[in-house]
Amino acid sequence: MTTHALTDTRVLAGRSLRHVLRSPDTIITTAVTPVALMLLFVYVLGGAIDTGTGGSYVDYLLPGILLITVASGVAYTSYRLFLDLQGGIVERFRSMPVARSSVLWAHVLTSLVANLVSVTLVVGVGLLLGFRTDASVGAWLAALGIIVLFTLALTWLAVVAGLSARTVDGASAFSYPLIFLPFVSSAFVPTDTMPTAVAWFAENQPVTAVVDTLRALFAGQPVGSDIWLALAWLVGILVVAQAWAVATYRRRMR
Amino acid sequence: MSVDLSLEPALRVRGIEKSFGDLRVLRGVDLDVAPGSIVALLGSNGAGKTTLVRILSTLVAPDAGTASVHGHDVVDQPGRVRESISLTGQFAAVDEVLTGRENLVLVARLRHLRDPERVADDLLARFSLTDAGARRAGTYSGGMRRRLDIAMSLVGNPPVVFLDEPTTGLDPQSRIEVWATVRELARGGTTVLLTTQYLDEAEQLADRIAILHRGTIVQDGTLAELKALLPPATVEYVEKQPSLEDVFLALVGDAGDTDGTPVTPTTTEAAQPAGEELR
Repeated sequence: MTTHALTDTRVLAGRSLRHVLRSPDTIITTAVTPVALMLLFVYVLGGAIDTGTGGSYVDYLLPGILLITVASGVAYTSYRLFLDLQGGIVERFRSMPVARSSVLWAHVLTSLVANLVSVTLVVGVGLLLGFRTDASVGAWLAALGIIVLFTLALTWLAVVAGLSARTVDGASAFSYPLIFLPFVSSAFVPTDTMPTAVAWFAENQPVTAVVDTLRALFAGQPVGSDIWLALAWLVGILVVAQAWAVATYRRRMR
Repeated sequence: MSVDLSLEPALRVRGIEKSFGDLRVLRGVDLDVAPGSIVALLGSNGAGKTTLVRILSTLVAPDAGTASVHGHDVVDQPGRVRESISLTGQFAAVDEVLTGRENLVLVARLRHLRDPERVADDLLARFSLTDAGARRAGTYSGGMRRRLDIAMSLVGNPPVVFLDEPTTGLDPQSRIEVWATVRELARGGTTVLLTTQYLDEAEQLADRIAILHRGTIVQDGTLAELKALLPPATVEYVEKQPSLEDVFLALVGDAGDTDGTPVTPTTTEAAQPAGEELR
């Protein structure tokens, strides 16, 4: 059965990618909110924000915007998984000689592809707004790797939400706190302007480490210890979320 | 149609028990199903029919007892069981975003068949869905969805087919189409276990009927055997009245699906009043 796991995952991922292709609005919707936020912060609020870096505000802002893009995009994974479970198609797959892990992995891979497309759209708009980078090819690849890890970690959380939800609304509601998290981080303003307790939270939550790493990579500056902190957070969340998702799946299927 | 009980049964169920919390759904079910036969599991809502089918199709583990499908134990060799069966659940589990054809190709790929495209086209033709094959399944009528659902179950010709209430919620024409399909399956040697709450469905289709009541099989036999349990029939003369179903079918014709193509060839004119020919 495991010999087919890769084929089955590919076939099932092809199926859910087709779902995405047939409703391209899901990718557009994913990109619209971050783009609107970017416009708001660059043209309305950004003029009054002193980042203390000397660079343009859009350069400062973009990493956080990309994370918000992914955080809102993964909600579609919960949504699609929930509908699959409700429609009985998961039962159909489970009564067939299909590798068990493939059902979840297919949704995860689809989420990765769809979110990378949305992220590319948002980066494109960022370039139009004046985003410039000195990143080398290596730095771009490192940034891509961080975004892929971030997407995988959040997608596995989305899988847990999709498996546990009782209603369609519940399936996607989990992403609201994730979208909110970047606001209490270094994504929009430097953390040292915040009150002590808030600053402490902001400096010690994963989004700040990830944002600081991406910002340094795009600016072509040394990333320092931030990248290790970011990787530790992301790998940690990924491992826990995946184990949680698989356990939830098993329990639900008893 | 001939049922040889000397063969190794396609399904062998012994003392299966299953509870959900305090609710004892199955309390020791025994059942044998001979290869190539149609067995109807008859019972009212909540009798445990679906639970038994879910155990046999490896979706739920039993609390006690053993069950084997095509010689494979459902708990110890679930992979082998899944290769031998297909399950059509109570609600048509088709992918509404994909077209009918894509649904069939998907299942053929997941069953690792060679030439999935051809398998899909053959099944579309067999279920009179060729014209609708390029349309999204979400646009299908209830009867067409059910046909696609059953067609998806037959991809790869699994020797044992479970149909859980295959005609619940269908209109009379679609119901007759499904019946024709089930008969054709059994003629081809497939073993069919179907659950139903409709007595006439069991009577029409099944070689054997097992009555599931309060978690056990209370009676299992051919229709004749079950009828023999009651006192011998007395002969009374009653005027033959057409049933409402006869009238309905005679009025609207046998081919009322939205794509306009009947599954079974029929010679009946729409206006012809006689009920018998419609069966």
